[in-house]
Amino acid sequence: MKLSPRRILMGAAAPVLSIVVAMVVTSIILLIARDPVGDVWAQLLKVPNPRLLIAIGNSAVVLYLSAVAVAIGFRMNLFNIGVDGQYRVAAFAAATFGGQAWLPGWLNIIVSLVVAMGAGALWAGIAGWLKVKRGVSEVISTIMLNAIATYLVAFLLQKVAMSAEGSNVSSTKKLPESSRVPGIPVTIGEQQREIYGLLFLAVLVGFLYWFVLNKTRFGFDLRATGGSETAAVASGVEVKKMVLTSMICSGAVAGLVGMPLLFGQDYAYGSTFQPGLGFAGIAVALLGRNHHLGMAFAALVWGFLDQQSNGLQINAGVSDRLVGVIQGVIVLSVVIAYELVRRANIALEQRNVAAALAAEKAKTQRDAAEVSA
Amino acid sequence: MELHGITKRFPGVVANKDIELKVRRGTVHALVGENGAGKSTLMKILYGVQQPDEGTITVNGHAVALKTPTDAIDAGIGMVFQHFMLADNLTVLENVVLGAEKLHGIGDRARAKIRSISKEYGLDVDPDDLVEVLGVGARQRVEILKVLYRGAKILILDEPTAVLVPQEVAELFDNLRELKAEGLTVMFISHKLDEVLSVADDITVIRRGTTVATADPKTTTARQLAELMVGSALPNPSTEESTVTDKAVLTIDAVDLDGGVGQRKVLNNVSLTIHAGEIVGIAGVEGNGQAELVEVIMGMREPTSGRIWLDDKDISDWEVREIREAGVGYIPEDRHRHGLLLEAPLWENVILGHQTQAPNVKGQLIDAKAAKADTEAIVHDFDVRTPSITVTAGSLSGGNQQKLIIGRELRHQPRVLIAAHPTRGVDVGAQASIWAIIKKARREGMAVLLISADLEELVGLSDTLRVILRGGLSAPFDPDVVTREELGAAMTGADGHGHGEQEDTK
Repeated sequence: MKLSPRRILMGAAAPVLSIVVAMVVTSIILLIARDPVGDVWAQLLKVPNPRLLIAIGNSAVVLYLSAVAVAIGFRMNLFNIGVDGQYRVAAFAAATFGGQAWLPGWLNIIVSLVVAMGAGALWAGIAGWLKVKRGVSEVISTIMLNAIATYLVAFLLQKVAMSAEGSNVSSTKKLPESSRVPGIPVTIGEQQREIYGLLFLAVLVGFLYWFVLNKTRFGFDLRATGGSETAAVASGVEVKKMVLTSMICSGAVAGLVGMPLLFGQDYAYGSTFQPGLGFAGIAVALLGRNHHLGMAFAALVWGFLDQQSNGLQINAGVSDRLVGVIQGVIVLSVVIAYELVRRANIALEQRNVAAALAAEKAKTQRDAAEVSA
Repeated sequence: MELHGITKRFPGVVANKDIELKVRRGTVHALVGENGAGKSTLMKILYGVQQPDEGTITVNGHAVALKTPTDAIDAGIGMVFQHFMLADNLTVLENVVLGAEKLHGIGDRARAKIRSISKEYGLDVDPDDLVEVLGVGARQRVEILKVLYRGAKILILDEPTAVLVPQEVAELFDNLRELKAEGLTVMFISHKLDEVLSVADDITVIRRGTTVATADPKTTTARQLAELMVGSALPNPSTEESTVTDKAVLTIDAVDLDGGVGQRKVLNNVSLTIHAGEIVGIAGVEGNGQAELVEVIMGMREPTSGRIWLDDKDISDWEVREIREAGVGYIPEDRHRHGLLLEAPLWENVILGHQTQAPNVKGQLIDAKAAKADTEAIVHDFDVRTPSITVTAGSLSGGNQQKLIIGRELRHQPRVLIAAHPTRGVDVGAQASIWAIIKKARREGMAVLLISADLEELVGLSDTLRVILRGGLSAPFDPDVVTREELGAAMTGADGHGHGEQEDTK
């Protein structure tokens, strides 16, 4: 599809519109609750300080990976709600493996990443297998697998846990110093900060996502299945195989979600490991329209809101949960807005084609008239 | 009923323009026009589904505003749709009262009312029959009854004969004459001219969205009417001299396909051979196994038993993709569901179905540049009217979508072409060019399986004709000598042959 100004405008219209709607709805809620509307927006929309900027970038890296995992499924109408469970299982597996330090330095990191992808793929593969073999909706099975993952990991954590003295936080063995990924130094103004080293992993995953989907036969089959399953079947796509493969790919990427945290911040998997990233990924994929760059933008918006909410309680006296409401409204309105924009686009295109053909016809008739005259 | 100056615009197109229509009470009035002439839009306006931008509608001298279907029913206008809207698992009574419970209740009063309507108009409908046991003709009569039950005085029938075989058409026309005799008005929409001439009292011709002429069926011939419809001389599907060779390309050998548990077989002992340069036509009432036969050949379904051979290779167990790669082209019955990605650009649609074949791919990668060049060539060679190859497939007209599909299939020089209803829903111009393309492919030695509901198309194009009924194939007919009545009899089983067993004796 060509990038015309119209396309870009239509593409940007929906997310911008939905963010505006979310702001209006939130303001109404605040007014009803008699909370200070002005203070809240002043806090949420103020320019973040360098520390927060880095935090936003870091959370965007993680959210982006999660969004890509979800988007792989979305592109073929497969709703992998289970990224949440997949990344937990994967992070636990990778942390346990990496913590043993069986392999030296970088090799340990790389193999741990592979372990994470394998664990995520396996967990997602269960849902894929159930769908293909037994027709179980992947929505139901992945939700169930999320719950199972939570308790399974909690159970296994007790087996391998290293509880620090005087703390009830249990976690896996810390990664050896040599197997940690150093941050990338960034200078903001005067300050020297570091962003997750695994940023490059997110960029690589984003590139592969774009390349595989748009440039390969496999990607074509996947998109065709998403566009019309019946047409894909008639064209020779083996849909069951595609379901299983894409579920596994989605799970493998989901397995990477926790890796920037593991290798760049926590160095172990514990009961305090950041939860809920899988669900945030669904929202980011929706907002970013499954587009490799759109999701990066959406991940930044999400990270921005998350981080800016921290000061809400202190500066505006409003619970930081408010940001959850804003995010929820954004997702809801973005889904509606995309559908509206999609329909408008189809109608516009039909009109343009009809108009172009009518003009062409009129021209040929005119030419013919000129020739006969 | 009178329509005056009705105009309806859609973005970029005028669907109806200055429609003038006068329907006399107690007559059958036919509205004829080719596909896409604007009949459907006019009908939707009459039934209150869409509002006209300009113009007036008067019923019995009173101007009416039809904003919803309820308004239309209140004005005494009832619609019998081409596709029946009946719930199979309910009885006739339940179907009729559904949504009209307030009229005569849902019990004995309603039952008595249905009986009396049925008797009065000779519809022969029993209120306690289950709809699923009824044939197509009877279902249509239930639809008519439903409309009468709601008090309609003007009945609009949208292509009512499209789903009927000739004998059922005759019965329907008897019913229509009955309705007329009772003082009701019938508006009959069709593009089958012989039928129109036999049943209508008045005819209005619609072309390119506007009414161009009225005709008197007593003094008009089908040909004149057709030329009014098209606005020019007619295309003709008839083939030239035979190009049939004795080289069998596709052989179907005793294929069975089971239905669900306790259901009859969907395909029953189907055997069929198509030679190079031959077009084999399959006639039949829809839903007798045509779609399943195609799916079995294409590998989308596995036959329960029997083999399918392409040349001397057994392709029964192959996947769709292998079958396509081996040179079987496929024009699906429902191009929106099976043929196109409506929201993808034309050039991606050209890759579809050939995503493992040159020039679309290089190894595992899509070769967008070559595919686009190929699309340009198809658009040019097959006269696909489009401003560019990057517009979405959904924005083209039906005829142009179909030409794109046919072009993409023929571009890969298939040995066999499976064409299911290739000219359904396309305009006359596109129909003529599609027929020409199929004929050319036949001359070049392709083996063609043509499935169609259009008997004229089947008789005109086919070298051999078979009729499919309840999953079984009839003995071959010679299209040069077979009559419509013979085909109709075979299509309903009225010829006394249960198909499917005949292959054994051959």
